[in-house]
Amino acid sequence: MKQKIVRDIAELPTYGFGPTSVPWWGSMGFIAIEGMGFAIAIGAYLYLQATNQKWPINSAPPDLWPGTLATAVFLASVIPNEIANRVAHRLDLARVRIWLVVMSIVGIGLLIIRGFEFAHLNTRWDLDAYGSVVWVVLGLHTTHLVTDLVDTLVLTALMFTRHATPRRFSDVSDNAFYWNFVVLAWLPLYLLLYWAPRL
Amino acid sequence: MRLQLSRSEQHFLSADLYNQIFTMHGSTMMFLFAVPVMEAFAVYLVPLMVGTRNIAFPRLNAFSYWTYLFGGCFLWISFFLNVGPDVGWFAYVPLSSLQFSPTKRADVWAQMITFTEVAALAVAVEIIVTVFKQRAVGMTLDRIPLYVWSMLVTSFLVVFAMPSIMVASTTLILDRLVNTHFYDTAAGGNVLLWQHLFWFFGHPEVYIIFIPGTGMVSVIVATFARRPVIGYPVIVLSLIATGFLAFGLWVHHMFVTGLPQLGASLFTANSMLIAVPSGLQIFCWLATLWDGRPVFRTPLLFVLGFVAIFVLGGLTGVMVASVPIDTQVHDTYFVVAHFHYVLIGGAVFPLIGAVYYWYPKITGRMLSERAGQWNFWIAFVGFNIAFFPMHILGLNGMPRRVYTYTADVGWDALNMLSSVGAAIFAASFVILLANVIYSRKAGAPAGDNPWGASTLEWATTSPPPDYNFSRIPVVGHRDPLWADPDQLAVVAGLSVEKREVLLGTVADAEPHTRSSSPQPSIWPLITAVTVCIFFIGSIFTPWAVVWGTPPVAVALIGWFWPSGDREDEE
Repeated sequence: MKQKIVRDIAELPTYGFGPTSVPWWGSMGFIAIEGMGFAIAIGAYLYLQATNQKWPINSAPPDLWPGTLATAVFLASVIPNEIANRVAHRLDLARVRIWLVVMSIVGIGLLIIRGFEFAHLNTRWDLDAYGSVVWVVLGLHTTHLVTDLVDTLVLTALMFTRHATPRRFSDVSDNAFYWNFVVLAWLPLYLLLYWAPRL
Repeated sequence: MRLQLSRSEQHFLSADLYNQIFTMHGSTMMFLFAVPVMEAFAVYLVPLMVGTRNIAFPRLNAFSYWTYLFGGCFLWISFFLNVGPDVGWFAYVPLSSLQFSPTKRADVWAQMITFTEVAALAVAVEIIVTVFKQRAVGMTLDRIPLYVWSMLVTSFLVVFAMPSIMVASTTLILDRLVNTHFYDTAAGGNVLLWQHLFWFFGHPEVYIIFIPGTGMVSVIVATFARRPVIGYPVIVLSLIATGFLAFGLWVHHMFVTGLPQLGASLFTANSMLIAVPSGLQIFCWLATLWDGRPVFRTPLLFVLGFVAIFVLGGLTGVMVASVPIDTQVHDTYFVVAHFHYVLIGGAVFPLIGAVYYWYPKITGRMLSERAGQWNFWIAFVGFNIAFFPMHILGLNGMPRRVYTYTADVGWDALNMLSSVGAAIFAASFVILLANVIYSRKAGAPAGDNPWGASTLEWATTSPPPDYNFSRIPVVGHRDPLWADPDQLAVVAGLSVEKREVLLGTVADAEPHTRSSSPQPSIWPLITAVTVCIFFIGSIFTPWAVVWGTPPVAVALIGWFWPSGDREDEE
């Protein structure tokens, strides 16, 4: 077909942050999928709770302190995460490096706490349906914790190489965004795993 | 299957092999054919129709393809090794639990699910992002082609429905492998939990298959009626309403499990309600044809066949939405007839119409029209001979999933008729295949826009170049090629030296970024291979999660690590 040029867009930027970048929308898509996965897992937990007269079935509820500690650290981590996001927006490489290292340490710390959480669940996956669903729900969130930690570690390494171009700052920002999802997803799971069996 | 059932007390297939074959049939059609083929069409057509050069996340697209391919091979190789699943396409527990399915057959089914759902979810995200961000300049929400709307709604259904089946298949494997007790009643588990998880996915699945078909119909109807579709907003809102309602009727698959009265009433009401948006769409299409000057070429014939068959399937759908009728015909051939009318009528007929419609764009050559007319009539007649008798067989009490029946029940004649119909229906696909192969070389040259259609895919050459459009179109009308058939308004300034796409705002498609689109890469294939090893390993040993994860992680890091080319560095 014959073409008629009606506009020139050569001046537009070649990268953007947040909703103006494609990876951000990809993250949103996977957050929707994974959020739905959490919702289904919560639904399965509540269904099994509703169909059993005694809950937990054969064990004590999880010890409160590891989960509560994890929740506190998760909530506090939002602050360094947001700082990493803001310095990325300013393309401030030196500070991005510092705060990515901080977030990597936070992630490793939370993974260690997560180990204590598993150890203090007071049940095993093969004990009964309660044990199964508790392990799967906590395992599902741990997968997300590990995924974001690995992503953060790789990005941290990347920002110390020659590949630290402006587009990578947008990736840092998306990584911070995803971490907020990992934190936000944890809050209802904390209530579910630690407080629902105490009601 | 039809050969086995054509007469009473046949022993062409053993009971065990018959169980495997009907499970393979359902699983293949749902997970390896219906959803993937609809997504594959969208992967090709959506970027063309929204006027962009490439789909969002092309590497994810490659990963999705390989994962799908490995999952499909996994299922079929297992079948030939006599570990084909034999528990039905919905694999109900306790039949699929370790106690009653001690071999790996149920695991093969469950892990095939994981493969195909990972693939389907990845494509859904690509389509959503492509439609949201990569539309041609000026393609506001109310100028998006109806097929693209249908794929957008479908992709959202995939995003919200498929996590449920992944939770289900994973917990089933865990029950079978590491002694969890999700579905073990003796330890507080619940078999109905499986049905809820399965059908929360399984019912939207029907619409994941059907909604793309309606999108194809909307486009074909407009082109061959020679006028824009009547009721564009009605159709878009119907698609969205169908998407929402699709999540509110899964329990109608569970009417005979014993439900509270309120639950039964609610899900009956919802099941009947969803007929309303589908009906509205059908009236819009009929009105368009009524008011237009329809040209009865093969694509339109398949659309008319769709209307006839789908309406019949819809009518039996409203019947089985009612609890007393459902209780009577549950697990009989009446239901088999119903869902084949809905799925073949609602998806396969539009799909074949779409093959005839878009084949010239894909190959640059027309399919034979004469063969197409034969194809349609043989398919239409064969289909109805094959599946209409099943209504009567079902009402006469013939149950589903039986490998044979005795002569004294009187089902012989109708079953033979059905089998003959199935053979005729199969012949129509032979014609289609022959037509596709023959016309690839010998078909008449198509030109850019052989049907005189209105959407952007017809503005580029047939077949389109790898980059679809050298310059991105500017759209000021819902039917851009009808608004100005002589020339295409375009924007200049997008790179022609490297892979670049134009990003715009979600509502108004106002451009804001020139974004690079990645080069081909081997890493998605490597990642898919590592994922494949992980998935297959983990039905044999839980330790596969431990030794299978590091290769996946390494592959993903290799994938995301910048390669240093221009697409990566800017």
